[in-house]
Amino acid sequence: MTGARDGFPARWRVGIAALLLAAALAAPFLFYPVFLMQALCFALFACAFNLLIGYVGLLSFGHAAFMGSAAYITAYTVKAWGFEPLTGILAGTAVAALLGAVFGWLAIRRQGIYFAMVTLALAQMIYFIAVEAKFTGGEDGIQAVPRGHLLGVVDLNHSLPMYYFVLAVFLGGYALVYRTIHSPFGQVLKAIRENEPRAISLGYRTERYKLLAFTLSATLAGLAGATKALVFQLASLTDVTWQMSGEVVLMTLLGGLGTEFGPVVGAFIDVTMENYLASWGSWVTVIQGVIFVFCVLLFRRGVVGEIVDLARRFAPGRTEAPPPATVAQTAPGE
Amino acid sequence: MHRPPAEGCALDDVILETQGLTKEFAGFTAVSGVDLKVRRGTIHALIGPNGAGKTTVFNLLTKFLEPTAGKIVYGGRDITALRAPEVARLGMVRSFQISAVFPHLSVRENVRIALQRPLGTSFQFWRSERCLDALNPRADALIAAVGLADDRQSTAAELPYGRKRALEIATTLALEPELLLLDEPMAGLGHEDIGRIAGLIREIARSRTVLMVEHNLSVVADLSDIITVLTRGRVLAEGSYAQVSGNAEVREAYMGTGAVAGHA
Repeated sequence: MTGARDGFPARWRVGIAALLLAAALAAPFLFYPVFLMQALCFALFACAFNLLIGYVGLLSFGHAAFMGSAAYITAYTVKAWGFEPLTGILAGTAVAALLGAVFGWLAIRRQGIYFAMVTLALAQMIYFIAVEAKFTGGEDGIQAVPRGHLLGVVDLNHSLPMYYFVLAVFLGGYALVYRTIHSPFGQVLKAIRENEPRAISLGYRTERYKLLAFTLSATLAGLAGATKALVFQLASLTDVTWQMSGEVVLMTLLGGLGTEFGPVVGAFIDVTMENYLASWGSWVTVIQGVIFVFCVLLFRRGVVGEIVDLARRFAPGRTEAPPPATVAQTAPGE
Repeated sequence: MHRPPAEGCALDDVILETQGLTKEFAGFTAVSGVDLKVRRGTIHALIGPNGAGKTTVFNLLTKFLEPTAGKIVYGGRDITALRAPEVARLGMVRSFQISAVFPHLSVRENVRIALQRPLGTSFQFWRSERCLDALNPRADALIAAVGLADDRQSTAAELPYGRKRALEIATTLALEPELLLLDEPMAGLGHEDIGRIAGLIREIARSRTVLMVEHNLSVVADLSDIITVLTRGRVLAEGSYAQVSGNAEVREAYMGTGAVAGHA
């Protein structure tokens, strides 16, 4: 359980980040933008989820509730009330944050599997509301959501501006996750993950830290869902099903649980599989299952976790005298 | 020093007192009517055979468990209704039987976790952790005080067991506690380490109070000013090592013949 930055020297990380950013800026000219936007939304969703499981050690099995309800609220406010896109996204995100605070307050008193079950049960309530409520459109969902003009200026109906807008949202969300992990608050979260009774005995009211982490995670999951609603111009039941909650677990494990960049890689792999294997029909699920089992058996740290581990092993001088700037974050892999 | 505190005159220098402390778990009484007085500035040991309720008493004192009955008074204040983090904030800080470090954090980060809480920045998720670097000099001083100066960059998980215990003590001391509760500080340690940790405890006790659970009787004899013996959740005897070890009931309990003597 360690951040992606741990394995690499600082200048490598800057280099890799610059390369990835350049790739992200050039990507819509090489790949289908909607596919990229979908992957970015899921990447943000997985990062939000990873903040909770990777850095607090809480397995939520109800994160679809935050993604889905934000998607519905954004779709509804934009379509029915004519909200400007950014305001619509903020409205959806705010509702997810509120929901996160309430669900978190109810769930964080429980540990392990009980925590997972409470989050699942609460998320199923949201699913029920989505099926039954009038404004969600039941089985049809909310369709033909207008993308509108960002701040009344940028026309998001064109795929390029929309892509860069989604990229900006993703980068903002990712930056917030990164900062949270490397903040005084993040240090306490790691302490709670490693040894909660000890953190309590040092005077930390751990449930408050967990609640804040849960709320942050739900907010970012909501941001991902709200953005996704504009990308697909749709909010549907798919976003609130328990399968969606399960898929984000899969993405995170695939990419590397508790690594900073792992969930992004995991989300891209997952979305790529879904898109490019779509012609295989229901076999997609089987192939996904096989790959998942394969990964869990062979690369327990996930893709990024394994790469970080390799880099650590081969990076010269790391074990002898690591530079003081990075050593504060040094931690062994699993 | 080596006598149980007399009623009345000892009241003002008693740092921790329990009255009728009782804990029942579904039909089983783990701790029953324990009256304990810990005097300021002493090393007070809690001993007793396995299952005597020593760790339960610790859990009750630090509010990791709720007492079924009884009262806990710390520094003249009734803390029976407080919760665990609040008790720690008042200056009564505990350690655990198995070493309680944060394994994937560095030695320095471990100590900083304890130092950062009073800063009031612990909820600030929008600030860089670099703002915690201001704590490094204090953290390093504490680390050096327990003899870990060369290990401060190491990950806690990589430390040998004895050093983990030393790190745990450094982390506890970072909170400036008035009263340290040490749960079997010598458990699992080799000879050399026992000497080191015993030296540390003696050093700590010069300015603070220590209440410890310990099985190693030579350590207890060597360090403690006063010893309370528990069996089956009750106080069996209290006094200096000489007094306690001379007590026939205590010998019986420790020889394993206690079951014959006490049970129906």
